[in-house]
Amino acid sequence: MNAPSAATPAVAVRGLIKSYGAVAAVRGISFEVAAGEVFAILGPNGAGKSTTVEILEGHRTADDGVVSVLGFDPAAAGREFRDRVGIVLQESTVDTSEVTVAEALDTFGAAYRRPRDRGEVLELVGLAGKEDARLKALSGGQQRRIDLALGLIGDPDLLFLDEPTTGFDPEARRAAWEMIKGLRSLGRTIILTTHYMEEAECLADRVAVLVDGRIVACAPPSRLLGSERATVRFRLPAGAAPGDLPALVAAAVEVDGDRAALSTERPTAMLAELTAWAVRRGIELADLHVSPPSLEDAYLHLIGADGDGNRAN
Amino acid sequence: MRTSRARAEPSAAELSARAWPSWGRLVWVSMRSQNRTFWRNPVPVFFTLGLPLIMLVLFGSLFSWDIDVGFGPIPAAQFYAPALAAFTAANAALSNVGITLAFQRQFGLLKRIKGTPLPPSAFLGGTVVSSVWIALLGTLIMFLAGVLFFDVGIAAAKIPAAALSFAVGTAAFAGLGLALAALSPSGNTAPAVANAVILPMAFVSNVFVPAEDPPDWLRILGDVLPLKHFSSAFSAAFHPAVAAPAWRGTDLAIMVAWGAGGALVAWRFFDWMPRVAGGRRAPKAAAGQA
Ligand SMILES: Nc1ncnc2c1ncn2[C@@H]1O[C@H](COP(=O)(O)OP(=O)(O)OP(=O)(O)O)[C@@H](O)[C@H]1O
Ligand SMILES: [Mg+2]
Repeated sequence: MNAPSAATPAVAVRGLIKSYGAVAAVRGISFEVAAGEVFAILGPNGAGKSTTVEILEGHRTADDGVVSVLGFDPAAAGREFRDRVGIVLQESTVDTSEVTVAEALDTFGAAYRRPRDRGEVLELVGLAGKEDARLKALSGGQQRRIDLALGLIGDPDLLFLDEPTTGFDPEARRAAWEMIKGLRSLGRTIILTTHYMEEAECLADRVAVLVDGRIVACAPPSRLLGSERATVRFRLPAGAAPGDLPALVAAAVEVDGDRAALSTERPTAMLAELTAWAVRRGIELADLHVSPPSLEDAYLHLIGADGDGNRAN
Repeated sequence: MRTSRARAEPSAAELSARAWPSWGRLVWVSMRSQNRTFWRNPVPVFFTLGLPLIMLVLFGSLFSWDIDVGFGPIPAAQFYAPALAAFTAANAALSNVGITLAFQRQFGLLKRIKGTPLPPSAFLGGTVVSSVWIALLGTLIMFLAGVLFFDVGIAAAKIPAAALSFAVGTAAFAGLGLALAALSPSGNTAPAVANAVILPMAFVSNVFVPAEDPPDWLRILGDVLPLKHFSSAFSAAFHPAVAAPAWRGTDLAIMVAWGAGGALVAWRFFDWMPRVAGGRRAPKAAAGQA
């Protein structure tokens, strides 16, 4: 196939900057996406995910920086570029449409040089047999799958998915993940945005965490946060106040009723202090356990929204 | 969902050899899509096809006498049916281009289309052809009703002139429709603007009732605006006092000028991104024609 060789990235972004008036949406980000890679942009509301992706799609123009997508400058690219990228926007457009599923796919497919088979695409998104349904009459999740189908109908080399599974029930989300993995196994390059750490972890080869227009981390999901960090949980013994705990523990612990939890990079030392303290007093700590950080915790920590809920700036 | 299917990968040479779909076919596909949108929405169907027909019936009951302009008694419908037909065609072209595109931009459909290899000219061309087709249907329905129920006569020798007037007039109003879409801040404003433009224009253009002795400014306004010229070019082809072939060069020229002006405004100001909510699509609540 005519995909770029491994040496040429499918997407290269350097020093990208975009503001809307006084709002600095993207503040100088750089990354590369290799051909065949699934690259996730993870971040909270307003982080600049859609702005970034829509610049790569050619829907918006950058204020500064260099952007190359499949070797094209998307801001100036034309039909050749459009023929090779598939776009699923964050906002669905099908919910007011009077046309049927089959009509929509045929109309959009007609514009491409090598459209995929309609039935095949519908099967891929789990809507086989819905050909004659009006788009308007589909459920919200089914309409989102139509968005996916319209993004796939041109058989793109590069697929942009802006929050593809928002609004899906858990089963549909799993199914969409399977579909995206399937596309990946066909060698397609995929750039997706999401709010869900779990989604990024399941699908992406690499994740860029975007916060306030800056990339604060970019790595394979397993390496996104120091895995040495762990969470220690236990029940506070009856009659004990948090202040009674040993100093090292007391400084880190958060107490909610009798539930105590702390996040630490030194679980061994922390446990030694805590258990020595309990043994000295002849207390059996109920529900004591140590767990690796949940990915959600890792993500919240990364975007600075962990603990007391303050967002670092 | 199935996870994978091996696909025979075409070679690079094969790919570049594969031709683009022809422009004509893409205009056709776009036109069919816009036609469906039209026929499946009762509101535009009523306002472009139903309402003029109701007016014809009302006029037919109000002015059912004969008029003698020196050729013996002729039913009054011979004079107002062509004027109403011109109005139908103008309204169909202006509204179906302008309102449809404004809504489709608001709902993000234009943005979606912009992300595909469909040439903008093919999409807009298909939209214009669709509205011309609807205008043609509306006009034919008017004349059919006129001939069947109100004794309107049609002279074969003047049909080419009528057809040319129809084509030029409808194209001109489609051009103005593009300008309307280009200038409308949202889908919801487009129908209001379209009606605020076309209805008063119809009155100063003597479409509904010929003014007996209009003040100068009203007459001049009518002469400058395109609808009176559409109506009079069309009417000439049905007027018993006008000899075949009934070409009306000045009327046509003025309409061409308006159509070109509209297209120029569209070329300068038309865009594809939703204008409200910072380039995103509008919330669903404002459902409408698109
Ligand atoms: N067209 C626009 N005009 C003005 N401001 C905008 C526009 N688009 C985005 N913004 C602002 O830019 C910032 C980034 O927005 P963006 O849509 O890129 O974020 P996002 O990460 O996609 O958020 P979400 O998860 O909510 O979709 C936000 O503060 C947003 O309000
Ligand atoms: Mg977004």
